Amino acid sequence: MAGLRVSVSLPRLVPGLLGALLGGLVAALFVASLLIGPAGLGLRESLAALVTGRGEAVVLVMREIRLPRALLGLLVGAVLGLSGAAMQGYLRNPLAEPGLIGVSATAALGAVLALQTGLAALFVGALPLMALAGAGVSVLLILALAGPRGGALALILAGIAVSALAGAATSLVLNLSPNPFAAMEIVYWMMGSLADRSMAHVWLAAPLMVAGMALLLSLGQGLDALTLGEDAAQAMGVRLVRLRWTLICGTALAVGAAVAVAGAVGFVGLVVPHLMRPLVGGMPSRLLPAAALGGAAMVLGADVAVRLVAPDQDLKLGVLTALIGAPFFLHLIWQMRRVEA
Amino acid sequence: MAGPVHPPARVVSINLCTDQLAMLLSDPGQLISVTHLALDPLVSSMAAEASAYPVNRGQAEQVFLLQPDLVLAGTYTATATVDLLRSLGVDVVQVPPVTSLAEAAAQIRLIGAALGHRARGEAMARAFEGEVVALTRRGPRVTAAFHYPNGYTTGKGTLADDVLGRTGFSNLGAEAGVTGGGILPLERLVMANPAVIVSSTLYPGASRSEEVLGHPALRALKAARGVASDADWVCGTPHILRVLRRMTALRDTFAAVP
Amino acid sequence: MILLRLTDLRVRRGHCPVVDGVNLTVDAGEFIGLIGPNGAGKTTLLRAALGLLPFEGVSTLAALPVAERSRAATFLPQGRDIAWPVSVGDLVALGRAPHQPGRLTAADRAIIDRALMLMGLGGFRERKATALSGGEQARVLIARALAQDTPLLLADEPVAGLDPEAQLRCMQVFAGLAAGGRGVVAAIHDLGLAARFCTRLVLLDQGRLVDTGPPRTVLSKANLARVFHVQGFHAETPDGPVFQPTGVLR
Repeated sequence: MAGLRVSVSLPRLVPGLLGALLGGLVAALFVASLLIGPAGLGLRESLAALVTGRGEAVVLVMREIRLPRALLGLLVGAVLGLSGAAMQGYLRNPLAEPGLIGVSATAALGAVLALQTGLAALFVGALPLMALAGAGVSVLLILALAGPRGGALALILAGIAVSALAGAATSLVLNLSPNPFAAMEIVYWMMGSLADRSMAHVWLAAPLMVAGMALLLSLGQGLDALTLGEDAAQAMGVRLVRLRWTLICGTALAVGAAVAVAGAVGFVGLVVPHLMRPLVGGMPSRLLPAAALGGAAMVLGADVAVRLVAPDQDLKLGVLTALIGAPFFLHLIWQMRRVEA
Repeated sequence: MAGPVHPPARVVSINLCTDQLAMLLSDPGQLISVTHLALDPLVSSMAAEASAYPVNRGQAEQVFLLQPDLVLAGTYTATATVDLLRSLGVDVVQVPPVTSLAEAAAQIRLIGAALGHRARGEAMARAFEGEVVALTRRGPRVTAAFHYPNGYTTGKGTLADDVLGRTGFSNLGAEAGVTGGGILPLERLVMANPAVIVSSTLYPGASRSEEVLGHPALRALKAARGVASDADWVCGTPHILRVLRRMTALRDTFAAVP
Repeated sequence: MILLRLTDLRVRRGHCPVVDGVNLTVDAGEFIGLIGPNGAGKTTLLRAALGLLPFEGVSTLAALPVAERSRAATFLPQGRDIAWPVSVGDLVALGRAPHQPGRLTAADRAIIDRALMLMGLGGFRERKATALSGGEQARVLIARALAQDTPLLLADEPVAGLDPEAQLRCMQVFAGLAAGGRGVVAAIHDLGLAARFCTRLVLLDQGRLVDTGPPRTVLSKANLARVFHVQGFHAETPDGPVFQPTGVLR
């Protein structure tokens, strides 16, 4: 597949400089996430409460409500950006991302099944594990239906099919629930939200997300070699089977755990790698960490915006990422048509 | 409304609250059907009594076949159903949702009159009003908050708000500016640290909406005492007096608020 | 020094052998031109020799552990994929990955520079590989193979679609590698270039190794007629042997 000509002529930044800029942006947004919320707390009092643990209600708000939300925003964003970059690197297709190809939707199905069958109540780890299983199944399915030799068309078709099936099944399970609230929650699962999360969710999902990200970050060199095609990569010493399984396991772990606690947030894995790619000169090994940081920034930013735009409602995170991401996706398709013409 | 000369012989109720008022005020054999919701103990105070009646699901066809003289409905009952029944010549009396204890008394009178038992309704309403007065607590108010799944709260201008006001509590949701139903953000709830939090009983099955009720931040609020709202809160029937008694008793346990 | 030995190599697709009992030895100093009509099995032979697909028989290269194999031989595939808009410098640097995963040393950089010079890409380092013409991209990919700097180089149609200068330059470089003690095996369609630059030709037809030897011997009238169904013209010039197919026989 011929390389995609990028229309954005951004300069290639020295890795150190880019890392510092992105790191600074993520840190700033993390702090903003800690400081913004309906409680209307002052800057000094909230930071003091967070660090020192003195102040009763303020401490509760900072440590039990805002901190888990900010941590999850950081981790979920990093997972989505990184897994998008990794999938694109392996499939050599800039349209691959967990939301678009149905991985997030099947992870949501797994999570909903864990909750509605009561497994999650029996054993608290059942929730992320079933979400993980769902994610893993769909990655396997997508690779089988439209592996690296399948072009963009096969990939998108497979993604549509898997997403549709998973979404319908999730909706069905929720509607069959004896709980009247469950039927209305399809929106949360399909659009994602970080509202009212607790440190319990962080402890549940963070280890799996970190483990998954570690696996995905290890793919850098293999993906670099894959730039030249499978034969050349194999001849350069890349073990393709091992690479594929690392991708599957890493994506399942990371995306599964993220969806289990935050729902399916779309488009991050599509937009962030595309924006970062010119800044890192296209090499997948440099793109992976940049996409992780960029994804963290995007989700933290969206979560801050959600609280500024509609402070008293629970505006779903996926609404904002879709408002940015869907036009971007259209732009990407438009570009591809021009190149192929 | 003047009320019929003869009490209607066959009455069907297609609204949960009119179900219960009708069961309380009608003659034996006068009420011939109640809704299926009346059998659900989570929303109906009279689930046991309701099992004696045939059940309807509020659809016009089913109701019409029962050949009622009078149908009791709510103002929010599906307009299509109500219009269809009226066009078939059935007499339909619609009552609005009760938003205060005074309205509850008025509705007891209204249903009593509609059923042809004006005196019975008047007596029940008077007794109701008397008890309400007896259970009223004046003086300093203790902060309370409603916190339902998804952070939902009932604010100013609701029956639940009136109950709190009567029994010596202030309503955090109303103070936060919510009128009717709305969202009370978890952060505001934690910062206000109310003495009492009224919440719903959990449904079977699981839902993310109900997760916030068990949030660690809430469990750490040492001052708060939890009250589970149950079926008695839902409708403006005399059963709400049980709620008033519970809330008044709770209010009395608080030392004088500084 | 033997760089590659294939013994009775056989590759089947279903029951049909695509490569049928090939015995081949590649010595240091050889530049072998692998020739044959379309479908003769040239690509399959190269891929099997590397162990990229299942085969019967023995390949000394495929028997090596993966990491060692990548330092023993370089493969330049026929498909010229470049998935991402990377710079020419970065792409050529990929060739160093089997030797030194991670940071590039000064020695690595010197090898990369030499590879770029040999292919005439001195001023191309910062340019995006995907923004180049097809011929320029092919040269970049050859430079990557040169940067990998292994004793053996296996190339599948390396000069297809290149302009005359690029073709000659590439063949000269390969001949230079062989002269310097390495081994090169290139599957090639252009019989004239093969005749001019290769030290030995290997002729494949329907999966079988039909003939091997110096170009003048292998490009005999009989072989040309039987395998390629053409006739050709040989000459010796001061610049080297010249061969040109001149007509179709059938």
